[in-house]
Amino acid sequence: MTQAAHLSHSQLVVRRFLRHRLGIFGAIMTFLIYFVAAFVEFLAPHTPGAYQARDVYAPPQDIRWMLESPDGRRFQPHVYGLRSTTDYNTGQRIFEEDLDRVIELGFFVRGEGYKFWGLVPSNLHFIGPKDPGERVYFFGADRLGRDVLSRTIYATRVSMTIGLVGVGLSVILGIAIGGVSGYFGGIVDLAIQRLIEFLQSLPSIPLWIGLAAAIPPTTPPIRTYFFITAILSIIGWTGLARVVRGRFMSLKDEDFIKSARLDGNRPVRIIRRHMVPNFLSHIIAVVTLAIPGMIIAETSLSFLGIGLRPPVVSWGVLLQEAQNLRSIATAPWLFLPGAAVVVAVLSLNFLGDGLRDAADPYAN
Amino acid sequence: MARFLARRLVLMLFTVIAISVISFFIIVLPPGDFVDRLVQEANQYGENFEPHEIEDLRRNYGLDRSAVEQYFVWVGNILFRGDFGYSFGWDLPVSDLIGQRLGLTSLLSVVTLLFIWIVAIPVGIYSAVRKYSLGDYVFTFLGFIGLAIPNFLLALVLLYISFRYFGQSVGGLFSPEYVNAPWSLGRIADLLSHLWIPVIVLGTAGTAEVIRKIRANLLDELHRPYVLTARAKGLDETHLLLKYPVRHSLNPFVSELNDLFVKIVSGETIVAVVLGLQTTGPLLLEALKEEDLYLASTLIMFLSFLAVLGTLFSDLLLMLLDPKIRRQAASQEMM
Repeated sequence: MTQAAHLSHSQLVVRRFLRHRLGIFGAIMTFLIYFVAAFVEFLAPHTPGAYQARDVYAPPQDIRWMLESPDGRRFQPHVYGLRSTTDYNTGQRIFEEDLDRVIELGFFVRGEGYKFWGLVPSNLHFIGPKDPGERVYFFGADRLGRDVLSRTIYATRVSMTIGLVGVGLSVILGIAIGGVSGYFGGIVDLAIQRLIEFLQSLPSIPLWIGLAAAIPPTTPPIRTYFFITAILSIIGWTGLARVVRGRFMSLKDEDFIKSARLDGNRPVRIIRRHMVPNFLSHIIAVVTLAIPGMIIAETSLSFLGIGLRPPVVSWGVLLQEAQNLRSIATAPWLFLPGAAVVVAVLSLNFLGDGLRDAADPYAN
Repeated sequence: MARFLARRLVLMLFTVIAISVISFFIIVLPPGDFVDRLVQEANQYGENFEPHEIEDLRRNYGLDRSAVEQYFVWVGNILFRGDFGYSFGWDLPVSDLIGQRLGLTSLLSVVTLLFIWIVAIPVGIYSAVRKYSLGDYVFTFLGFIGLAIPNFLLALVLLYISFRYFGQSVGGLFSPEYVNAPWSLGRIADLLSHLWIPVIVLGTAGTAEVIRKIRANLLDELHRPYVLTARAKGLDETHLLLKYPVRHSLNPFVSELNDLFVKIVSGETIVAVVLGLQTTGPLLLEALKEEDLYLASTLIMFLSFLAVLGTLFSDLLLMLLDPKIRRQAASQEMM
């Protein structure tokens, strides 16, 4: 305790967070996921739209590390090519590994061309077949013969940013409205609290569907993206506004706020300079915990076919491929984008839990 | 108590009015209506409508009037004639379409809520009392997974597993022979045998959340002096646990019951679409895609009503359970 007395508030917060092991784990995972989101073009072996009719519903290929060759075993990651035959009784195509066709894999290989962030043209891929003409499917292929892994990686950018942008909008709304409510109190507060209670008593998914269904299918992808984030935050701000209001209420009567007011500061300045820094850590924790909800909501809407639409790739759009029993029975690997959702949501939850504990370093 | 209830009911009346406004305008205000959709469809078949024909169509459907006027006609018909309007897409009165489905949605939601209680309360208590035991870790882990899997994904995975390993399709709420059959004992039994999958899918996230909450609440209570006192006077552990700390730890949970119920009603929409349930979900999605105004509005309105009823119910339950809140309600009456 004597030692802790020398530490500043933010040092205490950091110290407390570092003790939360799941929180650290969540932070690392979250960082990795956003790292993937930042470098999708480079990390994906193929481009999301590239297809190969021969490889429709090709199963995931196993990576083998050691290659037997006439001059001995050597380290050379590779997969075997696929050969397909049709079973005439069931009409299903059966894939087999073609042991004669070795597809050598390499790091930093040249492959399909892309524009990094839509700006810089390149064809460098972190991992992929050494021969640019070959295709590999670590996560299998979908009904058009597109690489599920590459599509899942590309979807990371859309799904993870939609969570951020949606929460960003909610934060702006929540802080503004919650702040006004908590700062002024009285009748304003009462009206806003009733509004929030009302909005929270409504089932959100039917409302989201109702609003999302109104977006015309012909809307350009970027506009749809912003509509969806706006729709998600129309309801998402209420929770944040409540937290902000609660903190405002408890801070309002603190001595240092009173003295700031007596010094003749205007409300906006008091809020910005004196109150916000005081509950920033709480806000960050609540925001982090709100992102997973946004991601799940976007995924669900897109899955129903009223959120983002192809050619945009988000995890929800990809899971649409897994919508009927027939396709998941033939190609269970279409679930893999769902695993990405679960990992992302778990990581953000762990991180948020850790932050929430750290936000209040004086509790035991 | 009676006056408190009366106040709640008055408040609820306003809520209901607000709900009806939102449900209607959420569909009407965005551009595009059912006639636009018809025209678009006709264009695809190479048919073209004259402008005056389009006008006629709009008039027939009552869509030529202003949104506010349409709203009052709709509400007026509901209030005075019990008529919820006409479904453009189905060519049937809305009330014919939604009756049974709404019942099934309510049933599913309530059963899911019960399921969450029955599972989460004992597990939560166990996790708190046997903190950091193997069972606690297992439940915590399952809880995290349950929170992280979107409902529709869980539904898909269950569909896949039951198809793959049990060779049967588990979608729907009824076996084919009972879908359109009148109610009978056989049909009820059939319903119950299908109900458990949607209940598990819908209830998992809620169960996980409630377990976490009860565990945390109970952990706060277990070391209070009153527990020590009770133990000191020789009460056996089970009685002691159930009589004092558990009762305490249930309060915050009951006050958040409405949240839970709203989430169940809300989530039901998507789960029903994935599992092909004969509830309101698929009907609503279809109606929204087709701009089927009255059907969509009525469905959204009733789903919101259901949620609000759940809120009222949880408030009443809380009053029964917690004397402190009863007294608070009574003191509010004085003011």
